[in-house]
Amino acid sequence: MTTAALSPTTLSKAALFEAQAVKAGARRNRLLSLPALIIIGIFGVLPLLIICVYSFLVAAPYGGVQWQFSTDAYLNFLFQRDIFDDTLQFTPDFLVIYLRSFLFAVVTTIICLLLGFPTAYFMATRPPAQRNWWVLLITIPFWSNLLVRTLAIMFIIRDEGLINDALIGLGVIDKPITMLYTNFAIQLGLLYAFLPFMVLPLYSSLEKLDFRLIEAAYDLYATRRQVLWRVIIPMSKPGIIAGCLLVFIPALGAYVTPLILGGGVHLMIGDLIAQQFGSGRNWPLGCAQALILMAAVLVALFFYVRNTSGKVQHG
Amino acid sequence: MPEQPGKNAIEVRGVRKVFGTGENQVAALDTVSVSIRENEFFTLLGPSGCGKTTLLRLIAGFDFPTAGEILLHGQDIAPLPPFKRPVNTVFQSYALFPHMTVAQNIGFGLEMLGKPKAEIEARVAQMLKLVKMEALKARSTSQISGGQQQRVALARALAPQPKVLLLDEPLSALDYKLRKEMQIELKRLQNETGITFIFVTHDQEEALTMSDRIAVMSAGKILQVGTPRDIYDRPAERFVADFIGETNFLPGTVVSKKPGVATVKFASNATIAAGYPEGFDPTGEVTLVVRPEHADLVPDPAKGTIAGTLSNIVYFGTDTHYHVKLDGGENFIVRHQNSRSSSVTYATGAKVGIQFEEDAARVLKD
Repeated sequence: MTTAALSPTTLSKAALFEAQAVKAGARRNRLLSLPALIIIGIFGVLPLLIICVYSFLVAAPYGGVQWQFSTDAYLNFLFQRDIFDDTLQFTPDFLVIYLRSFLFAVVTTIICLLLGFPTAYFMATRPPAQRNWWVLLITIPFWSNLLVRTLAIMFIIRDEGLINDALIGLGVIDKPITMLYTNFAIQLGLLYAFLPFMVLPLYSSLEKLDFRLIEAAYDLYATRRQVLWRVIIPMSKPGIIAGCLLVFIPALGAYVTPLILGGGVHLMIGDLIAQQFGSGRNWPLGCAQALILMAAVLVALFFYVRNTSGKVQHG
Repeated sequence: MPEQPGKNAIEVRGVRKVFGTGENQVAALDTVSVSIRENEFFTLLGPSGCGKTTLLRLIAGFDFPTAGEILLHGQDIAPLPPFKRPVNTVFQSYALFPHMTVAQNIGFGLEMLGKPKAEIEARVAQMLKLVKMEALKARSTSQISGGQQQRVALARALAPQPKVLLLDEPLSALDYKLRKEMQIELKRLQNETGITFIFVTHDQEEALTMSDRIAVMSAGKILQVGTPRDIYDRPAERFVADFIGETNFLPGTVVSKKPGVATVKFASNATIAAGYPEGFDPTGEVTLVVRPEHADLVPDPAKGTIAGTLSNIVYFGTDTHYHVKLDGGENFIVRHQNSRSSSVTYATGAKVGIQFEEDAARVLKD
């Protein structure tokens, strides 16, 4: 939104006083934000700096680092040093895991949006007294640990699980359908884990929607589909953007879900990084992988926000 | 205008609308029938909760009637969704799309009808000119004033050239002066476009100044339909007389009557000839209604039809209101238009008589 610029003539003395008052207010606000800034500094910025430094060091044989500058961690991301002639050979193994993780995250975001939008719309169109109950229902999964819930999915989809037992019992199939430890299992787990993060911002956006605008659009010959695309979606864009970010970013770095449901066979970025600090004993490589992920997310975010926020008009 | 069945833009036939279920049922419209002619500025007037907005929403298609039919040029539109009715609405809240510019708002209806781009542009330009908003066409709707938003809402609703334009209290959010301007503006637009306007308001002054005909509504029913003059001078019921303009109510007894005129005796034994509406048979104790400007003061109490004591004099610039405490105990207001040559001046506490103009008094159903 652009606001009309003040012409110099309208900047009267009163406006100057106001500007000073605003400045004083800003100083006070900065002071109030200090505790949060300190926490972010100690537990956010400082660890990030440590990761940055570690990614340029050499791995010690039994974990930890040796204080010696090296860019090997970054080289190792794409290349492998031949043991015999010391040449670098291109190995896309990590890159494949990154691309697969991106694919999982993108598919999760899209399906969450497709499932979450009608859900949020339904919630937002209930009578006000009912809405809070629906919000409560959506947040119920958060009351128990994600690990426990993921293990529950495992019990439902495994070969001797609920679904296969039921289908065999009903005579639909003779042999169990393998679902656990597949890409399907990871995808299902991600969808389940992140759907509420899509529904809630969408709901808060749709709840503020002025439904008289929808009537106005119907009145002006818009069909239900046109009302959706021309009025409801453009006006709930803030919620769509927030929901997509809240699903995409954590889905990309998901750790527990692919570990349990993928059985360690179908790795995602989170598992890969965790491996470097565990069995891999290559802290610098883990740090480099984490930073590369962060850089990739930032680049993706930059383009996403630039493409969605600017031209809300032309939905 | 004589009643011509083929010339009705909208015919509402026996429409009922009930909200809620079971014990909570409320009849917002209780079997309403009314015909609205082509090219007419028709007003639905009534206090809030009388059902006027419900009737408008049924015509627009936002709600569907519980019973009855709504004909648009002879075709029943009651079951059609709003986007299939050649009827557009100006909303009380304007309901402009905040994510579109002024021009995009105005063009929205045409775009949804799938009109070619060139036609839309030409029509939008024409509409911008009609409502004098050419300079602001690229503005966002949040960057224009309330009066300007009102104009955009009008242009947006008129752009698809609807058969009927519905206006739901469109002026209520404007300040007094702007409202006056827009009243004239609306009348001009109606004349220029030749579209039937159905206007909903609770403001009787607005209704009287703008309408060709008015339907006065109360508690889900239409009490009277007529020209502003009909409604004001010959109200059909006490509610109509009370709701429109200021009215004096006087008790009296019917002593004799012939068709359309009854002779009513006051407590003071004075009598007056009073008209009464068709289909009403006044007998015994009745209430007379008299408009304040249809009566005048005389200094000599004996010369008035009724008499009393002046209790208050309120000066309004264009006219003066004299509050008279009648000998029978009732309050009566006389409105006298001020002029340079007013010969008599009155003082509070003076005994005065009140004379009535011919046809000033009417007997009405309570």
